[in-house]
Amino acid sequence: MRAVTVVGASLAGLTAVRALRDQGFDGRITVVGEEPHAPYDRPPLSKEFLAGTVSEADLALETPEDTSLGADWRLGRTAASLDTAGRAVVLDDGERIVSDGVVLATGARARCLPGQALDGVHTLRTLDDAIALRKVLVPGSRLVVIGAGFIGSEIASTAAGMGLRADVVETEPVPLRKPLGLEMGRLCSRLHATKNVRLHTGAGLAGLVGTTRVTGVKLTDGRELPADVVVLGIGASPCVDWLIGSGVELVNGVRTDARGLTTVPGVVAVGDCANSDRAHASEPVRLEHWTNAVQQPIAAVAALLDREHNPPAHHALPYFWSDQYGHRIQFAGHRTEGSTVEVLEGDVDSFDFLALYRDRDGNPEAVLAVDRARSFGRWRRQLAGLLSPAH
Amino acid sequence: MILVGAVSEIPVGESVRVQGQVAIAVFNVDGEFYAIDDTCTHQDASLSDGWLEGCAVECPLHAACFDLRTGRPSGPPARKPVRTHEVVLVDDQVYVHETIGTGVPAEVVGAGSGEIR
Ligand SMILES: Cc1cc2nc3c(=O)[nH]c(=O)nc-3n(C[C@H](O)[C@H](O)[C@H](O)COP(=O)(O)OP(=O)(O)OC[C@H]3O[C@@H](n4cnc5c(N)ncnc54)[C@H](O)[C@@H]3O)c2cc1C
Ligand code: FES
Repeated sequence: MRAVTVVGASLAGLTAVRALRDQGFDGRITVVGEEPHAPYDRPPLSKEFLAGTVSEADLALETPEDTSLGADWRLGRTAASLDTAGRAVVLDDGERIVSDGVVLATGARARCLPGQALDGVHTLRTLDDAIALRKVLVPGSRLVVIGAGFIGSEIASTAAGMGLRADVVETEPVPLRKPLGLEMGRLCSRLHATKNVRLHTGAGLAGLVGTTRVTGVKLTDGRELPADVVVLGIGASPCVDWLIGSGVELVNGVRTDARGLTTVPGVVAVGDCANSDRAHASEPVRLEHWTNAVQQPIAAVAALLDREHNPPAHHALPYFWSDQYGHRIQFAGHRTEGSTVEVLEGDVDSFDFLALYRDRDGNPEAVLAVDRARSFGRWRRQLAGLLSPAH
Repeated sequence: MILVGAVSEIPVGESVRVQGQVAIAVFNVDGEFYAIDDTCTHQDASLSDGWLEGCAVECPLHAACFDLRTGRPSGPPARKPVRTHEVVLVDDQVYVHETIGTGVPAEVVGAGSGEIR
């Protein structure tokens, strides 16, 4: 392999470049990134950066050692198509970057509503989104967040801390029902209440109110909430439209095997854009977690270069964290429907505990901790040991 | 000097957090004691809650590894070393001699040594 092109210049793309060099690849590396910015970290965008306690410079992902990576960064350039026969990534202006390996790391973009955009309606995925949102989150103004997922919940938490009045609208009966289940979702409802954020569950968005500027939102149950700012936290879609017709199989993102190999030889996909087979999961999963975006590229690059890769056992379990209302939630594993939760340590009511999830058959499958990082680290490893590779 | 506790109170493989001018994490690695700043240089996590692997601690949030002897991270996502502090044993009691000042000059990042003692 003499040349590799990485598409997507964010966490997974940068990690792939590092992995290529770490694993001995000394050929040409070209990185194509749609955003004009050097790689930056997204998690603080809904937390400290939005609150104004960390700066843009603090978000930089590159370390001093990265200056020796020797990659050709094409920032502000978009990959428009992949010519698998000609082994070329074709850019928006027609330029063809020919290479024998391609890493797809295009991530995901925030879902929007169809139709005309009103002023005051935001999404949060990029640095530019965060800068725009930060400007309008002023104390005393009224914020309505649509969707109590991770990003929606964190934005409400940050805004409440900045002195805004915040409402959160969620169609499910509790926040985060899918990842955490009903019981622990209820705990997240209580977290919102600790800072007087009003949570409206079992209600969907019927429509936005306003002519040029948003003034409120209509809910499916007939209520109307006044709003100065609306944030849509309704999920993200993988950035894979440019791959349609390339021959790379697309099913909810780029379909890959457990190592990140796509259906086209020499092409791997990693991070938020990859819908991959996973150890310990019965179906492919598209993970949208930071840790996946730093682990999967190492495995995929090893597959691309035909190198051995033996990560620690606990890396096979998905892991994420979320910071809400001064508490840190950490979770590892795959929760399945019908799971039960047992609190093993601490006290749920004081938001300081560790809990183990079991599947329908009573087998441990995941671990959740709130403000218990030390126990969580131990349990995460212990859980990985309990799961047989074939599970 | 800050009293951490009796040697017997900090078993092998364990860590404790004590308060100096900033929080300090003290580790017992096979009978050797090491002290570093408790707050990760990457983002907001407490290294005394981390996972000990040989003479390094893995941050409990994003898994940056810091060498307890030098404070240097082994790689991303951390970009800066943590300060190290001297540990003194007197009559089976563990004390930390806190490094004063910001400790880590910017030049040591990526240079030969992050040793600041
Ligand atoms: C606000 C926010 C908060 C988060 N908080 C947490 C958290 O607390 N914990 C956690 O575990 N995870 C969190 N995450 C998730 C984490 O940030 C993502 O999993 C991670 O960024 C994925 O990295 P990636 O490189 O795969 O994709 P991305 O970071 O989405 O990067 C993909 C890049 O590819 C570029 N691109 C797309 N299409 C093209 C194209 N055709 N040509 C060229 N470039 C292209 C995009 O512009 C983008 O820069 C958060 C995410 C957000 C947005
Ligand atoms: S906070 Fe320690 S590695 Fe991120």
